[in-house]
Amino acid sequence: MGSQGGFGQSKEFLDLVKSIGEARSKAEEDRIVLNEIETLKRRISEPDIPKRKMKEYIIRLVYVEMLGHDASFGYIHAVKMTHDDNLVLKRTGYLAVTLFLNEDHDLIILIVNTIQKDLKSDNYLIVCAALNAVCKLINEETIPAVLPQVVELLGHSKEAVRRKAIMALHRFYQKSPSSVQHLVSNFRKRLCDNDPGVMGATLCPLFDLITVDVNSYKDLVISFVSILKQVAERRLPKSYDYHQMPAPFIQIRLLKILALLGSGDKQASENMYTVVGDIFRKCDSSSNIGNAVLYECICCVSSIYANPKLIESAADIIARFLKSDSHNLKYMGIDALGRLIKTSPEIAEQHQLAVIDCLEDPDDTLKRKTFELLYKMTKSSNVEVIVDRMIDYMISINDNHYKTEIASRCVELAEQFAPSNHWFIQTMNKVFEHAGDLVNIKVAHNLMRLIAEGFGEDDDNADSQLRSSAVESYLRIIGEPKLPSVFLQVICWVLGEYGTADGKFSASYITGKLCDVAEAYSNDETVKAYAITALMKISAFEIAAGRKVDMLPECQSLIEELSASHSTDLQQRAYELEAVIGLDAYAVEIIMPADASCEDIEIDKNLSFLNGYVEQALEKGAQPYIPENERSGMLSVSNFRSQDQHEASIHGLRFEAYELPKPSVPSRPPVSLASATELAPVPEPSYPRVTQNVASVPAVSSTDPSDLRLRLDGVQKKWGRPTYTPSETSTSTSTSEKTVNGVTKVDAARDTIYSKVRDTTYDSRKPDAEIPLEKQKLAASLFGGSSKTERRASTTGHRAGKASSHVIEKPQASKASDKTVAEKTIVQPPPDLLDLGEPAVLSRSPSIDPFKQLEGLLDSPQVPSNSNHGAAGANKDSDIIGLHAETAGSGPSSGIVNPVPTNKNDLDLLSGLSNSTTDNALGGTPTAHSTQVSKGPNTKDSLEKDALVRQMGVTPTSQNPNLFKDLLG
Amino acid sequence: MIKSVMVMNTQGKPRLAKFYDFQPVEKQQELIRSVFGVLCGRADNVSNFVEADSIFGPGTRLVYKHFATLYFVFIFDSSENELAMLDLIQVFVETLDKCFKNLHTILDEIIFGGQVLETSSIEVIKAVEEISKLESASNAIALVSKSVSGWRSR
Repeated sequence: MGSQGGFGQSKEFLDLVKSIGEARSKAEEDRIVLNEIETLKRRISEPDIPKRKMKEYIIRLVYVEMLGHDASFGYIHAVKMTHDDNLVLKRTGYLAVTLFLNEDHDLIILIVNTIQKDLKSDNYLIVCAALNAVCKLINEETIPAVLPQVVELLGHSKEAVRRKAIMALHRFYQKSPSSVQHLVSNFRKRLCDNDPGVMGATLCPLFDLITVDVNSYKDLVISFVSILKQVAERRLPKSYDYHQMPAPFIQIRLLKILALLGSGDKQASENMYTVVGDIFRKCDSSSNIGNAVLYECICCVSSIYANPKLIESAADIIARFLKSDSHNLKYMGIDALGRLIKTSPEIAEQHQLAVIDCLEDPDDTLKRKTFELLYKMTKSSNVEVIVDRMIDYMISINDNHYKTEIASRCVELAEQFAPSNHWFIQTMNKVFEHAGDLVNIKVAHNLMRLIAEGFGEDDDNADSQLRSSAVESYLRIIGEPKLPSVFLQVICWVLGEYGTADGKFSASYITGKLCDVAEAYSNDETVKAYAITALMKISAFEIAAGRKVDMLPECQSLIEELSASHSTDLQQRAYELEAVIGLDAYAVEIIMPADASCEDIEIDKNLSFLNGYVEQALEKGAQPYIPENERSGMLSVSNFRSQDQHEASIHGLRFEAYELPKPSVPSRPPVSLASATELAPVPEPSYPRVTQNVASVPAVSSTDPSDLRLRLDGVQKKWGRPTYTPSETSTSTSTSEKTVNGVTKVDAARDTIYSKVRDTTYDSRKPDAEIPLEKQKLAASLFGGSSKTERRASTTGHRAGKASSHVIEKPQASKASDKTVAEKTIVQPPPDLLDLGEPAVLSRSPSIDPFKQLEGLLDSPQVPSNSNHGAAGANKDSDIIGLHAETAGSGPSSGIVNPVPTNKNDLDLLSGLSNSTTDNALGGTPTAHSTQVSKGPNTKDSLEKDALVRQMGVTPTSQNPNLFKDLLG
Repeated sequence: MIKSVMVMNTQGKPRLAKFYDFQPVEKQQELIRSVFGVLCGRADNVSNFVEADSIFGPGTRLVYKHFATLYFVFIFDSSENELAMLDLIQVFVETLDKCFKNLHTILDEIIFGGQVLETSSIEVIKAVEEISKLESASNAIALVSKSVSGWRSR
């Protein structure tokens, strides 16, 4: 099957092909091929082989290589064949070398000369063959050798040659942009070529160039539009038609280019509206290629500056795609939908049922595409349903690559939108359980930290509830076979820290479980290390609490085993545990303080605790220590000492070799630095002094104490806890932040309530409902958010109607959930609480509907303070409900009113809202931790905000700006 | 950009393999095998598209078409349109249908250095025929004169 397949081969070759085709097994095939290789090796080195014979040998080599065997012994003969003057042989030679060799192969140097000569040939077929080889065989170093000839060929009389020369130049650009930088103007020039084929070819390199640098090509918008217009109006020769479509591939390329050029550019986009609209109208949607063009139109429309009419046409096409029976079109429809919802999110709602159908389709490709769409449209109102679906799918597949991807998406969504702490932990557990070894270890560290620090609410009770629920769930899971190592590490750590904290489980019970883990996973040293450290913590807490520690026999044998371990780390841990057990309660409490995982460990860089010892030694006549870099300087001792004492407080000792890695955010404003240090109260007396040091000398930031807890740098988007902010946020006025927050809260609170209602109805009815109903419910929970968007945009009357429909829907919901309530464990927030709570909100809200208030505000900004009060009041109401819904399991005390002082909400709402920079800055709210230590006004603000954000389960990052946009219409 | 074109039979035996980014022989075999692994697991009535990031790296997609005992597979990145690629397979197959020989020549006329060059099967056939005509002409001359200078001077 070489370039001369069909005729002219020897019987030998045909037999070979036939026997390969008939081979019953891979082994048989291999045997035949190895045989063939032997034959070829022998024959090909014979002297004076006739050229036709040689050509066939080369083709047989190609065949052998295609079957996966090494044919490198014959490469040189293929190279030789390119030197031949006979066209057939030359082409065969070129074909073989392009298949055999890569651009860096040693033999290329033998071909470059031939290529140079052939590019100058007056037979255009030889030139084409050479150009073909150029694309494959020329690397960055050899480009200059052929570049002049290729450029010259741009003016060749044959259009096939011009076209290939452009493509070759494009290839050079891909391989080494700098080598042809001075020649890119040629592409512009060739855009005006008389031959449409050549013009079409230039679109490929232009597309690449425009992708890199849009602005230099804005002047071509008009040209591209007019070309596209001509193509669409069938001005090209008939031969460019494909299935009755005028040059569809050129149209597609042009639409791609226009999408790039029009992105975010109103003026450029306006030039395109007419032609894109024309194509929408004219395009034949019955053929595959017609749909390809239509799809490209949608991509273009969603990329350029939005035009309502075009978006409408695009939505129509999407509807047609999604309704089609063809999986290909459905796939394209889902993809197109994902693009279009960026500009107009309400479109997704029309297609909810189609989307759900695709989600349940047996076609994996379609399913994945749909998950991608869902991922794009996730918000706090539908995150639970979407992540649950994703996890179910993740469990069902075996493809590790995709499993990793979907796991990381679950984690990302959960971190970003989690409605409650409990849900977050449960979700993470599921992800870890089923894809634990595939997720990044940082995710595990993040989870531990979240459990340790709580979620920023100033409520220790809620935090400890969370911890005990984590402990309980882990004790349940721990017995399951074959848990991933990462997950076990988390489990061991949490059990060690909090296993006995609430007194529910005895130390010996937890110890027993930990020993079981260490035994069951005896090959995993990391898990064993976590387990033994957890054992040490448990024993330490017991001793510190004054209880007697009984060593379980299995624990004793574990210690013995690890003391003799090959791993020095494990050995050390085992010995440490033994030593700790032998100490008295006072010492143990200092070594292992309870619940101190989030406290900062102070590193005394001056080693001041050694001072007394050093003084003593010096008095006894010891040599003073001289730093290495000063040793040759022969400083006088007294001089050095005074200098040392003087500067110690500023520089400290620096141990370069042990320098901690730089934090991911290199420059940090002093404010947040100080607050970070202050965050966790450290009971050591030296603490205030150090803080002062750090605050006054922020330059020592690379090793500042705040960096010394769990190393989580670079963890993206901690859940509900955005990363450090640029200093503008902390300095920006509290007023705007607060008002903006107030607004978000309204929205999110409503979101949560509605989604909760829907979820409950959906879940509780699932078993006995018919499929369409089930689908509708799913649709409602998935698209609930967007339906609300629409509602908000519509009139007030409409809204009221919808709201009342919710009220009607509710009795069913509560009835249904009553049934399930009994079965539900404490872990699940009882839905009836929520259902009872909601009518209260709804009945109260008509008078002070926050949205109406806001709309009113926008209409008449003169009366902001009054209505704002109302809005704030409403906020509070709904917020309390929201809280109940989320933390109902944690008892009445969890229903804390959010700490935002309402009176501050009176400040100018409009300025806050219009200040888009503040909106963005919100995404990076300073992440102060919850603590009792009082702080400056900025920290306090951020704390409050943080707490608020957490309660809502929404991080108003820039990725979720819709909240604001929707609200403002 | 188109990364690769493969034709294989329903048993996974390669019939044609062309990679526009160089791949060593072993890698080629591995890729062909994994593509076949994906394809043979797919039912008949599903879409012709597969996301191939696990095989060819992020962003790559695969479009295939199943004719009788053959799979035609095009692998490409995000700068191409799936439906259009499906039609390119159609072009390739139509062309082969009209003139089944010189597969590599035909493919070289359709895809050039990973970019779509020609999408009209008639044009492709014209080019291929012209090549074979000239080839046989040069052959004839070579046979007569046993020297190349003869036809080169024409």
